[in-house]
Amino acid sequence: MSIKVRFFARLREQFGHSELELPATTASTVLQVWQHCTQQPELAANILAAVNMQYVQGDQAVRDGDEVAFFPPVTGG
Amino acid sequence: MHVCITSTALDPWRELQNYQQQQRHLHGKVGATTIFIGTMRDMNEHDAVVQMELEHYPGMTESYLSQLAQQAISQWQLLDVLIMHRVGLIKPNDPIVLVAVWSAHRAQAYEANRYLMEELKARAPLWKKETLTNQQTRWVEKNSPGHYDAD
Repeated sequence: MSIKVRFFARLREQFGHSELELPATTASTVLQVWQHCTQQPELAANILAAVNMQYVQGDQAVRDGDEVAFFPPVTGG
Repeated sequence: MHVCITSTALDPWRELQNYQQQQRHLHGKVGATTIFIGTMRDMNEHDAVVQMELEHYPGMTESYLSQLAQQAISQWQLLDVLIMHRVGLIKPNDPIVLVAVWSAHRAQAYEANRYLMEELKARAPLWKKETLTNQQTRWVEKNSPGHYDAD
Protein backbone atom coordinates (compact mmCIF):
# COMPACT_ATOMS: atom_id res chain seq x y z
CA MET A 1 0.00 0.00 0.00
CA SER A 2 1.01 3.59 -0.49
CA ILE A 3 0.03 7.23 -0.27
CA LYS A 4 -1.39 8.87 -3.38
CA VAL A 5 -0.17 12.45 -3.86
CA ARG A 6 -1.92 14.88 -6.18
CA PHE A 7 -1.00 18.34 -7.45
CA PHE A 8 -3.39 20.78 -9.05
CA ALA A 9 -3.26 23.91 -11.23
CA ARG A 10 0.04 25.84 -11.02
CA LEU A 11 1.64 23.23 -8.74
CA ARG A 12 0.96 20.47 -11.27
CA GLU A 13 2.77 22.48 -13.95
CA GLN A 14 5.56 23.53 -11.59
CA PHE A 15 6.37 20.00 -10.40
CA GLY A 16 5.60 18.32 -13.71
CA HIS A 17 3.12 15.71 -12.48
CA SER A 18 -0.48 15.51 -11.38
CA GLU A 19 -0.16 12.30 -9.40
CA LEU A 20 2.51 10.34 -7.54
CA GLU A 21 2.57 7.19 -5.44
CA LEU A 22 4.68 7.32 -2.30
CA PRO A 23 5.53 4.27 -0.16
CA ALA A 24 3.56 4.74 3.08
CA THR A 25 6.76 4.41 5.12
CA THR A 26 8.29 7.50 3.45
CA ALA A 27 6.27 10.13 5.29
CA SER A 28 4.14 10.37 8.42
CA THR A 29 2.82 13.93 8.05
CA VAL A 30 1.51 16.12 5.23
CA LEU A 31 4.62 18.32 5.49
CA GLN A 32 6.88 15.28 5.06
CA VAL A 33 4.90 14.24 1.98
CA TRP A 34 5.43 17.75 0.57
CA GLN A 35 9.15 17.73 1.36
CA HIS A 36 9.66 14.32 -0.17
CA CYS A 37 7.77 15.09 -3.40
CA THR A 38 8.97 18.64 -4.02
CA GLN A 39 12.42 18.78 -2.34
CA GLN A 40 11.21 22.01 -0.74
CA PRO A 41 11.68 22.32 3.03
CA GLU A 42 8.63 24.44 3.80
CA LEU A 43 4.97 24.34 2.89
CA ALA A 44 4.37 27.98 1.91
CA ALA A 45 1.49 29.70 3.70
CA ASN A 46 -0.50 30.09 0.48
CA ILE A 47 -0.30 26.39 -0.45
CA LEU A 48 -3.43 24.49 0.54
CA ALA A 49 -3.34 20.84 1.55
CA ALA A 50 -6.04 18.19 1.79
CA VAL A 51 -6.08 14.60 3.02
CA ASN A 52 -8.84 12.42 1.62
CA MET A 53 -10.47 15.56 0.21
CA GLN A 54 -10.66 17.43 3.52
CA TYR A 55 -8.57 20.54 4.22
CA VAL A 56 -5.72 19.93 6.71
CA GLN A 57 -2.62 21.64 8.09
CA GLY A 58 0.94 20.47 7.47
CA ASP A 59 1.21 18.62 10.77
CA GLN A 60 -1.71 16.33 9.87
CA ALA A 61 -0.73 12.65 10.10
CA VAL A 62 -0.93 10.56 6.93
CA ARG A 63 -1.51 6.83 6.66
CA ASP A 64 -1.37 4.00 4.21
CA GLY A 65 -4.04 4.46 1.54
CA ASP A 66 -4.50 8.21 2.09
CA GLU A 67 -4.86 10.65 -0.79
CA VAL A 68 -2.86 13.84 -0.12
CA ALA A 69 -3.41 16.86 -2.37
CA PHE A 70 -1.56 20.17 -2.69
CA PHE A 71 -2.84 23.21 -4.53
CA PRO A 72 -2.47 26.98 -4.88
CA PRO A 73 -5.04 29.56 -3.70
CA VAL A 74 -8.45 28.73 -5.15
CA THR A 75 -10.10 31.06 -7.65
CA GLY A 76 -13.54 29.67 -8.47
CA GLY A 77 -16.76 31.62 -8.79
CA MET B 1 -30.12 20.44 -2.07
CA HIS B 2 -28.11 19.87 -5.20
CA VAL B 3 -24.48 20.52 -6.17
CA CYS B 4 -23.23 20.04 -9.72
CA ILE B 5 -19.92 20.61 -11.48
CA THR B 6 -20.42 20.65 -15.23
CA SER B 7 -18.01 20.72 -18.16
CA THR B 8 -20.74 21.62 -20.63
CA ALA B 9 -22.40 25.00 -21.19
CA LEU B 10 -24.35 26.21 -18.17
CA ASP B 11 -27.73 27.89 -18.73
CA PRO B 12 -28.52 29.11 -15.21
CA TRP B 13 -32.05 30.30 -16.04
CA ARG B 14 -33.10 26.96 -17.50
CA GLU B 15 -31.43 25.05 -14.65
CA LEU B 16 -33.23 27.20 -12.09
CA GLN B 17 -36.59 26.71 -13.69
CA ASN B 18 -36.13 22.94 -14.01
CA TYR B 19 -34.85 22.53 -10.47
CA GLN B 20 -37.56 24.61 -8.84
CA GLN B 21 -40.30 22.80 -10.73
CA GLN B 22 -38.95 19.43 -9.57
CA GLN B 23 -38.77 20.42 -5.88
CA ARG B 24 -42.36 19.87 -4.89
CA HIS B 25 -41.52 20.45 -1.21
CA LEU B 26 -40.99 24.14 -2.05
CA HIS B 27 -44.53 24.71 -3.31
CA GLY B 28 -46.37 27.09 -1.03
CA LYS B 29 -43.46 27.28 1.45
CA VAL B 30 -41.04 29.67 -0.30
CA GLY B 31 -41.23 33.34 0.55
CA ALA B 32 -37.85 34.36 -0.82
CA THR B 33 -35.46 33.15 -3.52
CA THR B 34 -32.05 34.71 -4.06
CA ILE B 35 -29.99 33.98 -7.13
CA PHE B 36 -26.34 34.69 -7.84
CA ILE B 37 -24.97 34.18 -11.32
CA GLY B 38 -21.27 34.71 -11.95
CA THR B 39 -20.26 35.39 -15.55
CA MET B 40 -16.88 35.52 -17.23
CA ARG B 41 -15.64 39.02 -18.05
CA ASP B 42 -13.37 39.88 -20.98
CA MET B 43 -10.94 41.80 -18.74
CA ASN B 44 -8.86 40.97 -15.65
CA GLU B 45 -6.03 42.92 -13.98
CA HIS B 46 -6.24 45.49 -16.84
CA ASP B 47 -5.62 42.83 -19.52
CA ALA B 48 -8.06 41.61 -22.16
CA VAL B 49 -8.85 37.92 -21.63
CA VAL B 50 -9.99 35.80 -24.58
CA GLN B 51 -10.73 32.52 -22.79
CA MET B 52 -10.27 30.71 -19.53
CA GLU B 53 -9.66 27.11 -18.47
CA LEU B 54 -11.37 26.20 -15.20
CA GLU B 55 -9.90 23.25 -13.33
CA HIS B 56 -11.31 21.48 -10.27
CA TYR B 57 -10.49 18.63 -7.92
CA PRO B 58 -13.05 15.99 -8.90
CA GLY B 59 -14.67 14.65 -5.78
CA MET B 60 -13.37 17.26 -3.34
CA THR B 61 -15.04 20.21 -5.06
CA GLU B 62 -18.40 18.45 -4.97
CA SER B 63 -18.01 17.25 -1.38
CA TYR B 64 -16.79 20.65 -0.17
CA LEU B 65 -19.74 22.43 -1.78
CA SER B 66 -22.22 19.82 -0.47
CA GLN B 67 -20.94 20.26 3.08
CA LEU B 68 -21.09 24.03 2.66
CA ALA B 69 -24.68 23.90 1.38
CA GLN B 70 -25.74 21.60 4.25
CA GLN B 71 -24.15 23.93 6.76
CA ALA B 72 -25.97 26.96 5.32
CA ILE B 73 -29.26 25.08 5.26
CA SER B 74 -29.05 24.38 8.98
CA GLN B 75 -27.59 27.78 9.92
CA TRP B 76 -30.34 29.80 8.18
CA GLN B 77 -33.13 27.17 8.17
CA LEU B 78 -33.21 27.27 4.38
CA LEU B 79 -35.72 25.31 2.33
CA ASP B 80 -33.29 24.46 -0.46
CA VAL B 81 -29.93 25.31 -2.09
CA LEU B 82 -28.70 24.77 -5.64
CA ILE B 83 -25.04 25.27 -6.57
CA MET B 84 -23.78 24.74 -10.12
CA HIS B 85 -20.26 25.52 -11.35
CA ARG B 86 -18.69 25.34 -14.80
CA VAL B 87 -15.31 23.75 -15.46
CA GLY B 88 -13.37 23.36 -18.70
CA LEU B 89 -12.88 25.93 -21.44
CA ILE B 90 -15.04 29.04 -21.15
CA LYS B 91 -15.35 32.30 -23.06
CA PRO B 92 -16.29 35.83 -22.02
CA ASN B 93 -19.99 36.14 -21.20
CA ASP B 94 -20.33 32.41 -20.38
CA PRO B 95 -22.00 31.78 -17.02
CA ILE B 96 -19.53 30.29 -14.53
CA VAL B 97 -21.49 29.79 -11.35
CA LEU B 98 -25.06 29.67 -10.10
CA VAL B 99 -25.98 29.83 -6.41
CA ALA B 100 -29.70 29.78 -5.59
CA VAL B 101 -31.24 29.82 -2.12
CA TRP B 102 -34.87 29.25 -1.21
CA SER B 103 -36.19 30.25 2.22
CA ALA B 104 -39.30 31.46 3.99
CA HIS B 105 -37.98 35.02 4.42
CA ARG B 106 -35.66 37.36 2.53
CA ALA B 107 -33.12 38.04 5.30
CA GLN B 108 -32.06 34.39 5.41
CA ALA B 109 -32.08 34.08 1.62
CA TYR B 110 -29.87 37.14 1.10
CA GLU B 111 -27.42 36.34 3.90
CA ALA B 112 -27.06 32.68 3.04
CA ASN B 113 -26.51 33.35 -0.66
CA ARG B 114 -23.74 35.87 0.09
CA TYR B 115 -22.16 33.49 2.57
CA LEU B 116 -22.24 30.56 0.12
CA MET B 117 -20.70 32.62 -2.66
CA GLU B 118 -17.90 34.05 -0.50
CA GLU B 119 -17.06 30.62 0.93
CA LEU B 120 -17.11 29.06 -2.53
CA LYS B 121 -14.67 31.68 -3.80
CA ALA B 122 -12.41 31.37 -0.75
CA ARG B 123 -12.38 27.59 -0.25
CA ALA B 124 -13.84 25.49 -3.08
CA PRO B 125 -10.99 23.79 -5.01
CA LEU B 126 -11.35 25.48 -8.40
CA TRP B 127 -8.66 27.28 -10.41
CA LYS B 128 -8.74 29.64 -13.38
CA LYS B 129 -6.12 29.85 -16.09
CA GLU B 130 -6.56 32.80 -18.41
CA THR B 131 -5.50 33.16 -22.03
CA LEU B 132 -4.70 36.74 -23.03
CA THR B 133 -4.94 38.29 -26.51
CA ASN B 134 -1.28 37.49 -27.28
CA GLN B 135 -2.02 33.79 -26.48
CA GLN B 136 -0.01 34.06 -23.26
CA THR B 137 -1.56 32.08 -20.39
CA ARG B 138 -1.48 32.76 -16.67
CA TRP B 139 -3.01 31.28 -13.53
CA VAL B 140 -5.32 33.55 -11.58
CA GLU B 141 -4.15 33.49 -7.97
CA LYS B 142 -6.17 36.31 -6.49
CA ASN B 143 -9.92 36.75 -6.19
CA SER B 144 -11.59 40.13 -6.43
CA PRO B 145 -12.39 41.34 -2.91
CA GLY B 146 -15.81 40.47 -1.54
CA HIS B 147 -17.88 42.07 1.16
CA TYR B 148 -16.52 39.74 3.84
CA ASP B 149 -12.91 40.80 3.21
CA ALA B 150 -13.64 44.23 4.63
CA ASP B 151 -14.96 42.80 7.94
